[in-house]
Order: sequence, then structure tokens, then C-alpha cells
Amino acid sequence: MDIRLSGVSHRYDQTEVLRDISLEIPSGKIVCIVGPSGCGKSTLLRLIGGLEQPSAGEILQVGTPPTDCLNPLTYVFQDFALLPWRTVHGNISLVLEDHGIPSQDADDIIQNVLARTKLSDFAKALPKQLSGGMKQRVAIARALAVNPAVMLMDEPLSALDSQTRELLMDDLVNLWTRTPFTAVYVTHNLAEAVRLGHSIVVMSRRPGEIREIVHLDQPLEQRGLGNVEMEEKQKYLWQLMREEAQAADAELIHV
Amino acid sequence: MSDQVNTFTIRPVPFRGGGFAPSSRRWVGLVVFVVLIALAEMGTRQGWISALTLPKPSDVLKTFGELYSTGLLWKHLSVSLSRLIVGAALGASVGIAVGVMIGLFSYVRAGLVPLVAALFPIPKIALLPLFVIWFGIDEGSKYALIAFGTFTPTVVATYGAVDNVDRGLIRMGQSFNLSWWSIVRKIVLPGAMPGILSGLRISLAIAIILLVAAEMLGAEYGIGAYILEAGSLYDLERLFAGVTILSILGVTLSTCIGLIERRLLRWRV
Repeated sequence: MDIRLSGVSHRYDQTEVLRDISLEIPSGKIVCIVGPSGCGKSTLLRLIGGLEQPSAGEILQVGTPPTDCLNPLTYVFQDFALLPWRTVHGNISLVLEDHGIPSQDADDIIQNVLARTKLSDFAKALPKQLSGGMKQRVAIARALAVNPAVMLMDEPLSALDSQTRELLMDDLVNLWTRTPFTAVYVTHNLAEAVRLGHSIVVMSRRPGEIREIVHLDQPLEQRGLGNVEMEEKQKYLWQLMREEAQAADAELIHV
Repeated sequence: MSDQVNTFTIRPVPFRGGGFAPSSRRWVGLVVFVVLIALAEMGTRQGWISALTLPKPSDVLKTFGELYSTGLLWKHLSVSLSRLIVGAALGASVGIAVGVMIGLFSYVRAGLVPLVAALFPIPKIALLPLFVIWFGIDEGSKYALIAFGTFTPTVVATYGAVDNVDRGLIRMGQSFNLSWWSIVRKIVLPGAMPGILSGLRISLAIAIILLVAAEMLGAEYGIGAYILEAGSLYDLERLFAGVTILSILGVTLSTCIGLIERRLLRWRV
């Protein structure tokens, strides 16, 4: 299932947040969206997943999601959004409970996603017992449990320290190489973008417009630390963004 | 340079990070009680507290013992407890239901919040004569008074608690296509539970106050009636025995809620 955005604009009262965004998200690829703070990239993600409605333009699903897909558009949030009163197992079963899945099957699904995210030993732990990186792995496991057609990731690694971030990026790359998934990955971190993105959408400051779409052809598993080509791309992206970021930073002071 | 450094005095960095971290000191509360009672006992025995001001704690204990052995304690306590339980359960459950509705539906909020704000400051005891006409002179009016008194603080605490539920979690529920009812049951209610329980602490204390007030204004049995009778006879021992029962009741209720909190809110950081 692909996602197509055509002419999407959005405004909150007087503030124009997004202007004329047209974008194609092909299935099986990770599309990263980068931009300076306040450029509306998180808003764009909420629009894609139907948590908000655009002021103008349309967002289309092209093709039908696979039949075993319980929730075609599934988010991974920056703040993890785990229920603190449920265990790891309970947090994942939460999203399966409304689908009338027999409890044995649901347990199998949960075991499977916990194994894929290396969390099998922590099924009974409460979120307060877990580190930030573990919490986000639980959130990723929860997203995988509903077998999404498109994963919508809103700065999923931004609340984590840089070492944990490296580990989780490796995990995501492994997950993708084993079973490719479609994802829209919003971040302000260019290193994450060049590591995970098949294409990188660079946005301008508010009102957010698409400045350029950069394609990266190197396979994900070959993009380790210190890869020269990746560094070049990152430098190029930074040049694109530098002025925008500076201007956006100065703008915030006047608001 | 290094010579100069060596001439400086060397001392440990002073510790400044103490205090401001409440920790559990169970026995202190008990010690305060014991010391106060011991002081009262000493004062009344030695005469620097006159018998008119304060009864001897040992006499109060003796009265308490008599109350227990004659079976009067249970007679008073059972009627009081049943009034308290029926009234408070009624008020708290309706209060929680209405509070959750206010938290969830804009129309209910717009319609009921001003009403609750108007009802809250009314001293409920002032309405007792009215309740007697509406619900009858016997138990009905007492249930109604206690229920009404617990209702308003419970509503306010509950809708505040529902408002404070993390919107991010609700949004997460919506993004996974959970049904409306699932979101309420699995996200909103558990998330509001800490606020609801701390509201209940206040509501139940108010329920005890209203229980005594209702019993003072017309009841044959009950702790309030017992205290009123003792007061009008200036029987300080019995008065204090009655007050002690109320205090114990209050402490017991608060302990119960503490236990419930510890069970239901184990997940809290």
C-alpha cells in the first residue's frame, strides 16, 4: 500500500503550518522527513495517519493493505506512549484486544514481536522499570504487533541518549532487512535520516514546504558508522538546512 | 606554581544536598499520640489541668471499656457505619460517574460544571430539614445528606483527574483504532484513578463529619447522638470516648484508601 499526498496545506487559525505538500510514499521504503524545528513535520505525520485533517489537499491510500493487517497506519511516538499501569505484555495486548483475536493467537503474536525486538525476558515488566531505549523497543514491538502497512515514526529516537540511539538504529535496520516495512520517519537528526532513509524529504521553515527530496541508493545494512558516502550526504543535507535552521531559530524568539 | 597549590588547606567538600525528601517514619505519628495522651494523663492526675477542662485519658478508656462490655458500642457503631457506608457509596459512585461524564462530554461539562460549583459551597447540614421533608425523618434523610455531601467533592476531583489524563495516551489509543469504550475503560479510567482516589480521601472525611451532624439533629442511636447526649450532660468522659471513635474511624478509612492506592497504583513511579 502506497500513500500519496497531493497539494496538502494546513493552518492553525492564522498560522500557516504546511504549504502545498505533494509526496509519494512507496511501499517497502523508509521515507525520512527532516526540517528545522517548527516546520510542521510532526503535523504532517499526524495528517498522514488521520489524527488531524488537512485544511486543503488530500491524502490517499493507494492500494489495499494486506488482509492480516490490523491497523494499516500505525504510529511510534517520541514519548513512547506506553500505559504505565500495564506490563510490556499488557501494553502490546492492548492493541490486539479490540480485534476479537483468540487469546492463544494473540499470545503468539506478542511472543513473536517481543522476540523480534529482543524483549522476550521483559514481558512481565512495568514501563517504569525499563530504560528509555527499552520503552521505545516496546513501542516498536506494539506497532509491529498490528502488522502495519505503513509505520509513522515521530522522532522515535529523539528522547534517547546517543548510544541507545545507535543501538536502536541498528535494530531498526535489522528489522527492515529481515522484513521490509513501509515507514515515514520524522526526525531533526540528519545522522538518523541518512542511516535509515531510502529517500529524505527536506522541508523549509514555517510554512513548511518541500525544498528537496534526496534519494539514497546504498542498501541500509551497508550504511555503518563512518561511511564516507553517508557523511557526504549528511554534509549536503546540512548545507541545505543550515540557513533555514538559523532563520527558524531566530524566528522563534519573535513569536 | 605547584608549591603554591600545596600551601592551600585541604578539606572535604561540605554536603549541602540534605532534606526536602520525605521518607517513611512510621513510629513518629504513634509517638506524638502517646506523648500527648501521657501529658494529658499527667496533667489531670497532678491537677495542673482541671477536671472541667479535660477528662483523664484513663477514665475515657474506662468509659470506652464499659461501652464495649454493655454492647452499646456496637449498637451505636453499627447504625453509624451502615449510614456512612450507604451514604458515602451512593454519593461517591454517582459522583465518579458524573465526574467522568463531565470529563468526557463537552455538553455535560458546560451544563453541569456551573451547577456543581453552585452546589459545592452550600453547607449541606443547612439542607437537612429539607431532606427530612423529601426523604423522611428516619434513615432516608441521613443517607441523602451524606450522599450529597460526598457527591460534590468527588465530582470535582474526578473530572479534574480525567482532564489530567495524558492526551498522548488517548491519541495513541485512537491511532491504534481502539473503540471509544476501550479508550475510556483502558486508558481514561486507570489514568484518572490516582486523582479519583485522592479525591475520595477528602470526600470520605466529609462523609464522617456529615454523619455526625445528621445524627446530632435527630437520631436515637449513632455516634453523633451519643456525643450530643454526652455533651448536653457535660459528661466529658463519654464525649471524648465518642470523639475517639470518630478519630479511629477516620484513621481506619484513610488507611483503607492507602491500601487500595498501594494495590491499584503499583505502577506509579
